[in-house]
Amino acid sequence: MSAAAPAGAAPTEGTSAGTDLVLRGLRKSYGSFTAVHDLDLVVPSGSFFALLGPSGCGKTTTLRMVAGLEEPTSGQIMLGGSDVSRLKPYKRPVNTVFQSYALFPHLSIAENVAFGLKRRGKKKVDAEVAAMLELVELSDLAKRRPAQLSGGQQQRVALARALINRPQVLLLDEPLGALDLKLRRQMQLELKHIQTEVGLTFVHVTHDQEEAMTMADTVAVMNKGRIEQMGAPEDLYENPATTFVANFLGQSNLVAGSVVEGGGETVALDVQGTRLTAPRARLATDAPQVWVGVRPEKITLTRAGSPAPSAAAGNLLAGGVVTDISFVGVSTQYVVRMPWGQELSVFLQNTGAHERLVVGDAVDLHWSPDHTFCLDASQDARAGVEEDES
Amino acid sequence: MSAASHLPGGGASAASDDAPRKRGLGGYLLLSPGGLWLVVFFVVPTVTLVATSLYDPSGSLQLGYAMTWHWQNYTDAVVDYGPQLLRSLQYAVIATIACVLMGYPLAYAIAFKGGRFKNLMLVAVIAPFFTSFLVRTLSWQYILGDNEAVVSLLRWLHVLGPEGHLLATPFAVITGLTYNFLPFLVLPLYASLEKVDRRLLEAASDLYASPFTAFRKVTLPLSMPGLVAGTLLTFIPAAGDYINSELLGNPTTRMVGNEIQDLFAAGDYPTASSLSVILMAAIVLLVAIYVRRAGTEELV
Amino acid sequence: MSTATPSATATAPRSAGSRFTRWLGDNVVLLVGLLVLLYMFTPVFVVILMSFNDPAARNSYSFDGFTLDNWTNICGPLGMCEALRVSIEIGVLATLVATLLGTLMAFAMVRHRFRGRAAANIVIFLPMATPEVVMGSSLLALFVNGGVSGLLGFWTILIAHIMFCLSFVVVTVKARLAGLDPRLEQAAMDLYANEWQTFWRISFPLVFPGILAAALLSFSLSFDDFIITNLNAGQEVTFPMFVWGAAQRGIPAQINVVGTIMFLIALAAVVAGDVLARRRAGR
Repeated sequence: MSAAAPAGAAPTEGTSAGTDLVLRGLRKSYGSFTAVHDLDLVVPSGSFFALLGPSGCGKTTTLRMVAGLEEPTSGQIMLGGSDVSRLKPYKRPVNTVFQSYALFPHLSIAENVAFGLKRRGKKKVDAEVAAMLELVELSDLAKRRPAQLSGGQQQRVALARALINRPQVLLLDEPLGALDLKLRRQMQLELKHIQTEVGLTFVHVTHDQEEAMTMADTVAVMNKGRIEQMGAPEDLYENPATTFVANFLGQSNLVAGSVVEGGGETVALDVQGTRLTAPRARLATDAPQVWVGVRPEKITLTRAGSPAPSAAAGNLLAGGVVTDISFVGVSTQYVVRMPWGQELSVFLQNTGAHERLVVGDAVDLHWSPDHTFCLDASQDARAGVEEDES
Repeated sequence: MSAASHLPGGGASAASDDAPRKRGLGGYLLLSPGGLWLVVFFVVPTVTLVATSLYDPSGSLQLGYAMTWHWQNYTDAVVDYGPQLLRSLQYAVIATIACVLMGYPLAYAIAFKGGRFKNLMLVAVIAPFFTSFLVRTLSWQYILGDNEAVVSLLRWLHVLGPEGHLLATPFAVITGLTYNFLPFLVLPLYASLEKVDRRLLEAASDLYASPFTAFRKVTLPLSMPGLVAGTLLTFIPAAGDYINSELLGNPTTRMVGNEIQDLFAAGDYPTASSLSVILMAAIVLLVAIYVRRAGTEELV
Repeated sequence: MSTATPSATATAPRSAGSRFTRWLGDNVVLLVGLLVLLYMFTPVFVVILMSFNDPAARNSYSFDGFTLDNWTNICGPLGMCEALRVSIEIGVLATLVATLLGTLMAFAMVRHRFRGRAAANIVIFLPMATPEVVMGSSLLALFVNGGVSGLLGFWTILIAHIMFCLSFVVVTVKARLAGLDPRLEQAAMDLYANEWQTFWRISFPLVFPGILAAALLSFSLSFDDFIITNLNAGQEVTFPMFVWGAAQRGIPAQINVVGTIMFLIALAAVVAGDVLARRRAGR
């Protein structure tokens, strides 16, 4: 798993390999519990890299090892070609934006921002501090104390305090977790903008899939101390390699099935006696038993027996009954019970193109074979399902 | 007091789970000077005290003592000083109860009604204690004196007889004990009450609890850690005290502390030591029972 | 609250009397609390009053007349100022040593992981849970058994005071340190501050109020202690011992002057500290 992981994320187009962040066989154990399993990872210089996973998956531990706040049990952390894994945190060209910011409460905003420069022996820091505060739009608050600032402002101070040191890698530990939803969306855009502007490598740890996908060039999905899959956000979403990724990134309908014929570009599948097809490229396993997956928004509903709209033609599962409908503004979410008892979700855009359905209607499910993916049936179909969301 | 403890999102929970402590020799290095001091001048002396309590009492400071495992020191101490020992524990219990009756409303008032005068009220709790312990105990001699206002008022109200007095009575001793150890109850209790989330009380009243029920079912249980700590900090020193008894009492109010002090002054180290050990044992026993009850059962 | 309003207006406007009862119901705790505070201050008033007393007789402890003599002639009573000097010296030394050692211990307990933490915790806690007379007699037993009973005096008092102040320092500083987010220290290290700089620029300033409180507590504990001191003092006389001796013979009014001055100094220190904290926070 680990060695193969970077395959999807190798846009090492530039020749900046010299300042890449490279993790080799990085492991962290606490007694018998292993938080991070032999991680291998290359974060290309200048990229915005996200480590995404549920709490306790080892993403923060990984970040803290890179920062030097946690000592690896084994493995190496290479930065700009040299091994930094045993260096003290203050000897590493890495800075962190901490969860809940960790601003020094007894120092002013300007003093907080100047802290790193001063520790490195710089005497005249005022101009730099002013410029940095300008960048994060906090110039008029320079003399305040952290406690006098709002959450969003504190977040920007934390960012400025780290950025001013021009680290080779900036680590962000759930930097937006303490903000409310609206502010979080706004800060996501700002962060992305700042990263593009300063051109530094950002490594961003988060459990918020939307945040990771909005900002990062490359997302690595972590689960139980390992990287499950890594790649560009669209790639991960469209081609999940494991049930965990399929469920943790958005939602998926996973139906048990088997590969019955698979010679050419497409494979034929048998699902509860119905024949479906999927592109061969979207098979994540060689085993004959598979989870046949499709995203809820890729499915179209028609009344039982009606023909499929052309875009969604190809795969058909018939005999569903609508059991629940919730209207969420841009879309309507349907729950459809299939003849074999499983409930599938279907999201329909509220474009006005669809017929209004009510609970109890008999429906057919249509989607394009191109949107069908197949995962290893030995994996837990509910891995990565977030119970508190949806 | 300042902003450090009120960081948004940070706070104690973040401090505890997310920060692995440093390993290595650093801890021992920091700990050892003070730790050694406590071992040499607290732990070792306590062991020595127990040893001394078993010495042959026929020795003396000048001639030296012989270790004869003289258990009879203990029976002698109990026989000779049993009443004082019981009296000490009794006075300490009464004083502790009095402290709770006065200290709880005070701590509660500071925590919930103090508003912007909170800090001022806290200072007011501590401030009297910067006048020397003995000086303020002596001032009770004046307050409770036969010719002063309190006694006159009580005589006029016929609470006291015409010859009745307060000074040199158990009442005076217990008043002094209560007064002197009250802040030790108020401060930890305040710290506990301060942490009680107001929203819990609102939730309780939303769930049909009267203010009194809300107090009994929510505030009181949540303040138990502070109350237990406070009562211990009151009871323990009160049980060993002899200043109040000496300055405000009479020969029939003598407490075990008086006897220990006098025995040491008279040079009877073995008996004095065994009496000390008995006092300590009695306190440990009572405290253990108390903490157990307070910890496992709901105190209603 | 809002649901109650209609019924209240429907019946009759509340009388001033019932409003007072209601106010009383809300604030009865506050009133009791203030009464208790008054009780706590009564002896202080007496001490201040007595510092202006002109006693008619040596043994009289009643207010006989007003005079400023006690204030102009503080050191009048034989040996009192000498005892005061001894107490202050011991108090300052004990505070310095106990605060230093105790602060180090608090850092060890909160920021370090090592074997024997539980045992260390018990050893720190026990002195606070031991009656003074037991602690005092233990130490005396040690000194006597160690054959140094002839040396009882200034240094044995100091040793004892450092011992019983230590636990209180550890507990006070620990409480402050435990409330300090360790990520602040990590953030400093992340921002190129080495261990030494992290301590002096972040940990120390943030824990300082706790250390200061611990030092004040130490001094007042040491300055006030009688029971342990009395057992281990030999021929040395501290201020509380002087008061004790005087209480048997007749109390010089100057004792109350010292009590009043101590009270005023402490009050001034607390007020100054609060003003400083406020000014800092407001900047």
